[in-house]
Amino acid sequence: MSVVTVQLGQCGNQVGHELFDVICSDALEDQRKGYSTASCERFFHQTAHGELVARAVLVDMEPKVINQTICRSAKSGRWRYGETSHFSQKQGCGNNWAHGFCVHGPRHRDVVEELVRREVERCDRLAGLMAMMSVAGGTGSGVGAYITRYLRDVYPKSFILNHLTWPYGTGEVIVQNYNSVLTLAHLYHHSDAILVHENDTVHRICSQLLNIKHISFTDVNRVIAHQLGSILQPALTTDSNGIYSRNPLGELVGSLACHPEYKLLSVSTIPQMPSSSIAYSTFSWPGLLKHLRQMLISNSKMEECIDWQVQLPSASERTRTLLGSSFNTSLANLLILRGKDVYSAETGSFEDPALYSSWLSPEEAFNVWKSPVIFNKYEKSATLVSNSKALLRPLDNMLGKAWNMFASRAYIHQYVKFGISEEDFLDSFTFLEQVISSYNQL
Amino acid sequence: MTQSVVVQVGQCGNQVGCRFWDLALREHAHVNKKGVYDEALSSFFRNVDLRRNDGGSCGVGGKIENLKARAVLVDMEEGVVNEILQGPLREVFDSTQFLTDVSGSGNNWAVGHMTYGSAYREQIVDKLRKTAEHCDCLQCFFLIHSMGGGTGSGLGTRVLSMLEEEFPEVCRIVTSIYPSAEDDVITSPYNSILAMKELTEHADCVLPIENQALVHIVNKIKHMSHCGKPGSVIKTDTTVMSGQGGLSRAEKPFDTMNNIVANLLLNITSSARFEGSLNMDLNEIAMNLVPFPRMHYLVPSLTPLYTLADVSVPPRRLDQMFSDAFSKDHQLIRADPKHSLYLACALMVRGNVQVSDLRRNIERLKPSLPFVSWNQEGWKTSLCSVPPVGHSHSLLALANNTCVKPTFIGLRERFTKLYRKKAHLHHYLHVDGMEQSYFTEAVSCLNSLIEEYDHLDATKGRLMPDAPRFSIAR
Repeated sequence: MSVVTVQLGQCGNQVGHELFDVICSDALEDQRKGYSTASCERFFHQTAHGELVARAVLVDMEPKVINQTICRSAKSGRWRYGETSHFSQKQGCGNNWAHGFCVHGPRHRDVVEELVRREVERCDRLAGLMAMMSVAGGTGSGVGAYITRYLRDVYPKSFILNHLTWPYGTGEVIVQNYNSVLTLAHLYHHSDAILVHENDTVHRICSQLLNIKHISFTDVNRVIAHQLGSILQPALTTDSNGIYSRNPLGELVGSLACHPEYKLLSVSTIPQMPSSSIAYSTFSWPGLLKHLRQMLISNSKMEECIDWQVQLPSASERTRTLLGSSFNTSLANLLILRGKDVYSAETGSFEDPALYSSWLSPEEAFNVWKSPVIFNKYEKSATLVSNSKALLRPLDNMLGKAWNMFASRAYIHQYVKFGISEEDFLDSFTFLEQVISSYNQL
Repeated sequence: MTQSVVVQVGQCGNQVGCRFWDLALREHAHVNKKGVYDEALSSFFRNVDLRRNDGGSCGVGGKIENLKARAVLVDMEEGVVNEILQGPLREVFDSTQFLTDVSGSGNNWAVGHMTYGSAYREQIVDKLRKTAEHCDCLQCFFLIHSMGGGTGSGLGTRVLSMLEEEFPEVCRIVTSIYPSAEDDVITSPYNSILAMKELTEHADCVLPIENQALVHIVNKIKHMSHCGKPGSVIKTDTTVMSGQGGLSRAEKPFDTMNNIVANLLLNITSSARFEGSLNMDLNEIAMNLVPFPRMHYLVPSLTPLYTLADVSVPPRRLDQMFSDAFSKDHQLIRADPKHSLYLACALMVRGNVQVSDLRRNIERLKPSLPFVSWNQEGWKTSLCSVPPVGHSHSLLALANNTCVKPTFIGLRERFTKLYRKKAHLHHYLHVDGMEQSYFTEAVSCLNSLIEEYDHLDATKGRLMPDAPRFSIAR
């Protein structure tokens, strides 16, 4: 089954490109036919000449990034984008969510829908749609939110996964908190699950784990692509009987997003290191999983800053409310293990009921996928996708700053100009407050 | 790709404009070695095949035939424009882009705004439309004018409201040159105050530039180049100091000052013209930097203003560039942003600079810069990979900062001094359509603008506790 990706805006297109690059090089690296066939079927279709063409639609409101992206993929020589599967306009949304959502989205939805439909028709079977975008800008977030809503109408029964890049806390776009709030509130209604990468976290990974001195956006995007790739590449689920799972998005959504109030997924991957050190490092599954588990419960996205003090709450503590505790409660976790000796890995430590909310048993809340294929040169690697309180704090910060700005009604006139009123803002604010309080109650 | 049109009005506007075209041509010649008419060029230039009679322009991708500036030149006297027509830049314009009169506006805002504004309205709109028709996606008008004289301030602001009426969708960024306190035009405070009202009401963004600040900068550069310490010799071929490599080589008295303004325009448009890992469209400027519609005065600062001949130790110099952008000496108005309040700030970086350099410098500088409580992270950044000619990197900072207030207050004081005695008032009131109410309205408009800045200034340093969230909803 195949996934159709929709790349929206500058960020969505750049991350999308890196993702296809990782997936393609990983799939072609491995000699085992089953894995690479499954991966290629999932993300690429083959032309009569045997070229791999990404199952992707590129959308942006200005042409520069799309031209660049198409050019770079063609240069790779391994894969490329479809010649006609992109759409761009001449003038961007100017960081204005309202401009994207109320003007560009409705104006161009038919063209985009047609492009998506062509990709969908090329699939033997459609596993679902994945829309990639940032939440800060105008095009990715505004047009992205509109297109997601529209695709939900057109494909009511398909899985729709949104991959979001959250902006740096400081300094990309000044109205980023407004744009983020509006995007999240709108996506929450239509998306099946929302997978989030925070630029700040990824930036730290680049500097501390990968030792990159001058971090560029390409470096940041590569880390995101690596983590995404390790989720989306073929893997064996518990009941797949040795055949690579054919329904990645469905399985992902099914195991993680079990309740409409809880759709925010965060990702952590271990190990991550400079490519020059990989050859000199050895890993053991118990070691990796011990670290990963502590990363989960202490809510750190990096191996380096794990707080080993955080412990599972004891039974007596669970009955009380855990104010101020740094323990990160999960609703559901999906562990994906790739590499050598993967079947010997013991994952029992993730099945402790204390990790999870009281209303979901560990058997339902925890899933493991495994693949014996070495992923992206790492002999062993583990990725944890988690629906937990991990994103609570950044979300709360974002909302708090947006409230603050809204209190003086700064920048509101720019949104009103395109048809988003103060009431629309308040609707989005209240909706996200609801989401926050739901996660708080875990 | 989008296009922009430059509208230059009055003597000052035209002189600055011409420096811009000269330097823009040089910049593109530096980047575009193949002589192909590319997207970057198309944003400010048309490519016209003169052999074709219809005057139509060629599409992107072909050979460069004849580049024509996307510009409209307006002046009510002939001197400057004639100079252009005889100068090396004459090829870049054709006669349909000019509009001149012979008698000038006599340093009288009312003559420019009322008399000429009404007499030439049709013609100006016609020229604007023609230029706009040559663009397939017109994004922005850049209006360049001075505030002190008659034509620039009077007719310039009239053109601004024509732009708003005729092209409401297109962004209007105005570069306004403010007169010095010792301006030789006696009526310049009148003209400036009357023009201010128009700018406040009709522009999307205004980049205020003070003559005095430019003089300071130029003197400092001259001083630096004469002191001749080893290691601090200034390169003479960089963009700011000279127009070398451009078409016109003769140095006129205001050329260095005008070059600085022209460089500001080059930098502000760089991200829209060239590629980069973090693009900034022109319409993002107002979106990010203007929290309230009237407070759209963005203080520019430009670094580096000169390069030392010795170019070793680049990383230190890169960080220095960021520090300089916030120092008093590099502001294009005389103001001290560090000791006033920031509402928002954009950093537009060109050259080989990575996002980590940006982050490091923002983190480093942030503690020393007071930001308004609801916009503590009010940074907008862009990275453009093509540096200006002669530099390895450059930075343009645009600050929406309450430090513009003293400039406005100074202007008001000079205005009040004249107006109290009703000095020269009759020259204005003679003009058809001009009434005394224009003066009172203009000054009350300025008063309320200053008051708005006062209100924000009052919140400075006060730690606002976060309001309980739902009470904000009212």
